[in-house]
Amino acid sequence: MTELMDQLKEQIILQLNLEGMKKEDIDNDSSLFGGGLGLDSIDALELIVLLEKNYGIKIANPADGKKIFQSIRSMAEFIEANKK
Amino acid sequence: MEAYIRGIGIVSAQKTFNTHDFLSEPIEYNTNSMHCIEPVYTEFLNPVLARRMGRIIKMGIAASSVCLKDAGVEMPDAIITGTAFGCHEDTEKFLLSILDNDEQFLTPTSFMQSTHNTVSSQIALQLKCMNYNFTYVHKGFSFESALLDGLMTLAETDAQNVLVGGHDEITDKHFAISKRVGCWKEESIPSMDIINSKTNGSVSGEGAAFFVLSNEESEKNYAKLIGVNMIFEPENEKEVETKIIALLKEKNLSPSDIDCVMYGISGDVRFDPIYYNLMNSLFQESTSVYFKHLSGEYQTSGSFALWEAAMILKTQTVPGSILIGKNKKERIKNVLIYNTYMNTYHTVSLLSQC
Amino acid sequence: MNQKIYITGIGIISAIGDNVEETLDSVRKQKSGIGKLDNIVTRYKNEIPVGEVKHTNQELIQLLGFSAETKITRTSLLGIVAAKEAMQSAGIKNPKEFRTGLISANSVGGMAITENYYKDYLNPEKKGDFIEYIKKHDCGDSTEAIANYLGIKDHISTISTACSSSANSIMLGARLIKNNIVDRVIVGGTDSLSKFTINGFMTLMILDKEQCKPFDAGRKGLNLGEGAGFIVLESENAAAGKEIFCELTGYGNANDAYHQTASSPTGEGAYLAMEKAFKQSGLEPGDIDYINAHGTGTEINDLSEGNAIQRLFKNKVPEISSTKGFTGHTLGACGGIEAVLSVLAIKYNMVYPSLNCVHPMSELNFIPTKELKTDKRINHVLSNSFGFGGNSSALIFSRHK
Repeated sequence: MTELMDQLKEQIILQLNLEGMKKEDIDNDSSLFGGGLGLDSIDALELIVLLEKNYGIKIANPADGKKIFQSIRSMAEFIEANKK
Repeated sequence: MEAYIRGIGIVSAQKTFNTHDFLSEPIEYNTNSMHCIEPVYTEFLNPVLARRMGRIIKMGIAASSVCLKDAGVEMPDAIITGTAFGCHEDTEKFLLSILDNDEQFLTPTSFMQSTHNTVSSQIALQLKCMNYNFTYVHKGFSFESALLDGLMTLAETDAQNVLVGGHDEITDKHFAISKRVGCWKEESIPSMDIINSKTNGSVSGEGAAFFVLSNEESEKNYAKLIGVNMIFEPENEKEVETKIIALLKEKNLSPSDIDCVMYGISGDVRFDPIYYNLMNSLFQESTSVYFKHLSGEYQTSGSFALWEAAMILKTQTVPGSILIGKNKKERIKNVLIYNTYMNTYHTVSLLSQC
Repeated sequence: MNQKIYITGIGIISAIGDNVEETLDSVRKQKSGIGKLDNIVTRYKNEIPVGEVKHTNQELIQLLGFSAETKITRTSLLGIVAAKEAMQSAGIKNPKEFRTGLISANSVGGMAITENYYKDYLNPEKKGDFIEYIKKHDCGDSTEAIANYLGIKDHISTISTACSSSANSIMLGARLIKNNIVDRVIVGGTDSLSKFTINGFMTLMILDKEQCKPFDAGRKGLNLGEGAGFIVLESENAAAGKEIFCELTGYGNANDAYHQTASSPTGEGAYLAMEKAFKQSGLEPGDIDYINAHGTGTEINDLSEGNAIQRLFKNKVPEISSTKGFTGHTLGACGGIEAVLSVLAIKYNMVYPSLNCVHPMSELNFIPTKELKTDKRINHVLSNSFGFGGNSSALIFSRHK
């Protein structure tokens, strides 16, 4: 799980172009949207593609992203549960 | 329709950004493709927002922000931009990812930003400016269409300050593609030799220039913009001459009132003769200057010319690097910019001293 | 500045017809043009329905009398069809008789061709006459193709503000007449479907896999469409003695300044644009008989627009519908296409149904018109268009007195 979370952080930094940010700067449990990292709805769409591309998981309804992308941990748990 | 140029912000291939210096150290290139000297963006852009933005969006926001500051205007009454190609980098990026990934795993960011009005809307978003917002995209008329709209907006509404800009970027891919249809020179050429070039094609350029047009008098004002005209595919040079004279007449001026004429000489031997013909006919008495050897050729290069003209009027100096022949006038009251893009789009802008 | 702006000609091509007659026939039969995609090769061909003009480029080239080898984009072809009809319906035979302009609009220019040749453009080894298309990529190209076809030279320009583009070109045309720059001007827009746009909207996840359902509680997104719509605006002087369809009495543009793609929940930009249009026209919301809404069928647009309309019209929202269930969302062309439909609404006293709206949104206090209505006099129509970047525009068309 920790390995997956670290991997996710690196992928997110790359995909969302979070310049100057290191994986240590992202907490496993703090929220990615709103406060926390300050991501927005477009980032959510970027993350949906990240899941599809890197983990083969498709999310059809963008509204589902809200729950899944709450934190790094929730993302990792979702991946674990849905990995093919 | 007239307006004062109250503030300027310009990113170009010269040291023009965030300064009132007027070409004291012109940069001379030896190239067939000039690029902008880009500012450090952190001062103008929140890094969280900037992380998604393409280069031209950042240049546009930086230029507009300096322009508003220069004018002392916080909230413009309108934002009007002109761009021939919009956000080229993002368009290419999205297009290539479609083609390379067979329409899969695409993300929205570059698509969203490929929209031609991204710069004008990002400026609005940053300022929370809910006023009139327009983007013109007509090739070599893009910037002048925006200028004309700026003048109309001041004349017909209670707007006092409108932000008008022109922006286009060159990318490696766009350079390579447009070179295939004869836009650019094959060879590198020193900037100061462009005027004597005998080959086809010009030196590509890019830039983002913003102006606050205002209807209020102020010591800050650079110059007064008194007319803009666009001539589409003139049948011959006579038509251009006739239309220039008509514009001057409308303003109760004659060619001899024009102290300085700024020509869009690009070094493309196919299109430059018309400039020399005007220089030797209508405007023999005027001081001649040019600008594309410093900015490069792009379809909104008229915005660089407008900066140059405004600076001449404000500082009453004509830097040696832009002069053709001798400066024939002690005082410069009226400047006419005459530019053509590939002999299809001809634009005439008229400025006078405040 | 109080000069009147007369509409003397209209022209349209979209998924519901190649001209005004066919369009009228489709709306009267309540026949939607949305269906399977034929003319573009994409992996989403069977996944998303679109409002496509059912002619290939070669057919359009033939229809317009060009030689078969002509290098011309679909955007230009669609534009020429509609602008030509508009000019004919205005009875303009000699474009040099008055100062005549053309203001067009589009969102992606010649992208539908660029995307087929882009790799070849980048490969210097690939040679052929396809490179002529390089010059036809930008947004200005189709405007010039139309201008050249119609012989218009006095003033040409192109606007691109995403999905409000052609509403803005109509607004600009009126202003050019009022500022005495032209006497008459053909205004509107044209856009063709492209792989680029289809994929772009796919990434935003706002395409409905079924027919779009504007203002329905269960709406799931928009259907893309293509086409062109143009109208002819004339000054009082130029229009003298002509049949006048109606007048353009109001226009307004404002910016939502909320998000690059999404509209604000309260529809601030939409509200301001409509408010400006009313101020310009001297009319009150109560004067409007029909609103042709932007109504794309996305969750966000319809809520945002609905809220703005509700705020302005209070509990007296007139007949209202989105015609995108007929044509799809034609992006840079929709302001032009819907302007033609608004003009026809006045001419034939017609209110179009908002197709597929079965369960009206509970957040709004109005119910869109569900069936075609022809029993009410339509004197004033409000037409909205909103685009990416918060660009918001509103136009008001009024019966000529």
